[in-house]
Amino acid sequence: MQRNRDRKLSLGLAAVVVALVAGACSGSSTPAPTVAPSPSPAAAASVAPSPSPAAPASVAPSPSPAPATLKVALVAPSAVNDLAFTQSMVEALNSLKTKYNLDIAISDNQFVVATAANVIQNYASQGYNLVIAHGSQYGSILQQLAPKFPNVSFAWGTAGSTYNLPNVFAYQVNSNEGGFVQGAMAALLSTSKVLGVIGPIAVGDAKLYVDGFCAGAKSIVASITCNPVYTGSFSDVSLMSAAATTFVANKADVLTGTAQAVVGAIGVAKTKNLPWFGTQWTQASLAPSQVVSSQVYNWAPILEQIFATIQAGKLGGATFTATLGNGGEQIQFNPGFNLPANVKAKADELIKGITEGTINVPQ
Amino acid sequence: MNQFFTVDVLTTTIASGIALATPFLLAALGETIGQRSGVINLGVDGIMLLGAFSTYYVELQTGNLLLAILAGTATGTLMGVITAFVSVTLKAEQGISGIGVYLFGLGFSSLLFQKLVGTPLPISTLPPVGIPGLDSIPLIGGMFFNQSLLVYLAFLLVPVATFVLNRTTYGLKIKAVGENPAAADSLGVSVALIRWSTVLIGCTFAGLAGAALLMYGGIFQINLTQSEGFIAVALVYFGAWRPVGVMFGSLLYGLVGVVILTWKSLGIIPLSASDLAATAPAVITVLALLFLARRFRQPAVLGRPYEREG
Repeated sequence: MQRNRDRKLSLGLAAVVVALVAGACSGSSTPAPTVAPSPSPAAAASVAPSPSPAAPASVAPSPSPAPATLKVALVAPSAVNDLAFTQSMVEALNSLKTKYNLDIAISDNQFVVATAANVIQNYASQGYNLVIAHGSQYGSILQQLAPKFPNVSFAWGTAGSTYNLPNVFAYQVNSNEGGFVQGAMAALLSTSKVLGVIGPIAVGDAKLYVDGFCAGAKSIVASITCNPVYTGSFSDVSLMSAAATTFVANKADVLTGTAQAVVGAIGVAKTKNLPWFGTQWTQASLAPSQVVSSQVYNWAPILEQIFATIQAGKLGGATFTATLGNGGEQIQFNPGFNLPANVKAKADELIKGITEGTINVPQ
Repeated sequence: MNQFFTVDVLTTTIASGIALATPFLLAALGETIGQRSGVINLGVDGIMLLGAFSTYYVELQTGNLLLAILAGTATGTLMGVITAFVSVTLKAEQGISGIGVYLFGLGFSSLLFQKLVGTPLPISTLPPVGIPGLDSIPLIGGMFFNQSLLVYLAFLLVPVATFVLNRTTYGLKIKAVGENPAAADSLGVSVALIRWSTVLIGCTFAGLAGAALLMYGGIFQINLTQSEGFIAVALVYFGAWRPVGVMFGSLLYGLVGVVILTWKSLGIIPLSASDLAATAPAVITVLALLFLARRFRQPAVLGRPYEREG
């Protein structure tokens, strides 16, 4: 009897082991990313770091000499080709590969934070100069790990805090700025004056974008209906689809959304032939005739600042913000969408005003 | 709240809720049949993921929706062979082997997606098909009779499964094997054969559930199911191992989810309560489960491999 029970348990455990092997194969760790590099259109000069309070002298690391090859590791929650948050960082790294002689390693799909902690620690102990933890969920990991590796530089975002650690950079994005521009365009395109806005959880750049989008729409039509729906999940495609369908039933005739799962909502926009505004990365490939424009995160200017700071011998302690003004955000218009001239002109006017500081987007 | 009680909003909300409930229903129906024979399969979610990926990939390659759905369903059957071999033939501990199947499905579907597809592309989905004569009934027509063929199929399977379980010899054998396999065995019923067949049916339904889920969103993503397979297993308990009960549980889960989304979009639920409201479907289902679970008894040998005495 005991032998039988042991045998059953062994068989079950063997099945789990096989499954774990398959699972392990799925989270890719690639030294050479396969996504094609795209040129970085923005200059880095205008990115201004906001220094964090000085760290205690006793924990300050002795900076290493600037390396000829900069070894950079990226740990990201979703796939390198997610058409959103992760892909924006991968593309930025690739665009700087030659200029900074980067040796890039990428571990994507690290949605399990505990696993990501091991991956980050491994990179830090393998001699990487910079480990980028691309997700606000990784903050507490860096807070614990960074003091153990004083000669390694860490960066994380979107976040505003370096935890007062001398070897941690933070980066964030004013996604409300692009949201504001796209919201204004949406209000001009809408005939029902009801907008469909879908987000995952009301935090971080997702909330900033959603708030900016509604503020932009209301700056054009004060009475416009802009009730955002947060599904509660970054990755639930079905729920995003259902939210978009619900909005359409409620007479929304222009849609937008943020998070990796918006692909489901874009499908609804495509089926119903309604204008869609994207964010984080260009989404025109998902609905070539419906995507009006996308707010694209261009992390290259931020990364250049981080690289320059490291090469100057400072390993962290600063926070950087991507904005329309410094090229960290860009509005990419989709040539496949027939945008009326007055809407394009309004968008250009708003981008110019925000860039020059004559228009202040509410936070 | 008045905005909610308009024909357009009510019609779309109920119709979306039914469509959203369909993957749960298919997966839970299959699991019900398996559990009535005494086999619990915790790998449903992984099988749904593999079914969804197969459907997606075949549609991308061929553009043929029927072929794609058949591929997803067949993937479920194939996984059923593996599940039945491990659970029934090798008599492995069902809980652990089920988790193994789930992890395999999660990992392998992710791996295949990354290697074979890369950048996600949307696919065409099954269009809604109106049932002549019924789809024009005011309010009800739009809610119930203008759905995709997979939705109709899922709800048609409810009376079919009820009939098979309660009115056929095969159904009686399934229940006998789930309640007292030794007695069934002594009467000449092959316990292994019955369990193999129910596991195959259950996994086939799970593959079809994955196809239905994919057809709802029109695109595949890593961990597309978001643990829907585990919710489906819970709905079997909610439905007290009866197809009709499972159907009501699935509808409750799907409808509550969509009603919450609609209320958010209409501003009825304030933004400050948005995240809390997102948990409502799970909370309501768990509460209903707690209330109902005491009133019904699970199959007597659920989860226990059968070994002939002596």
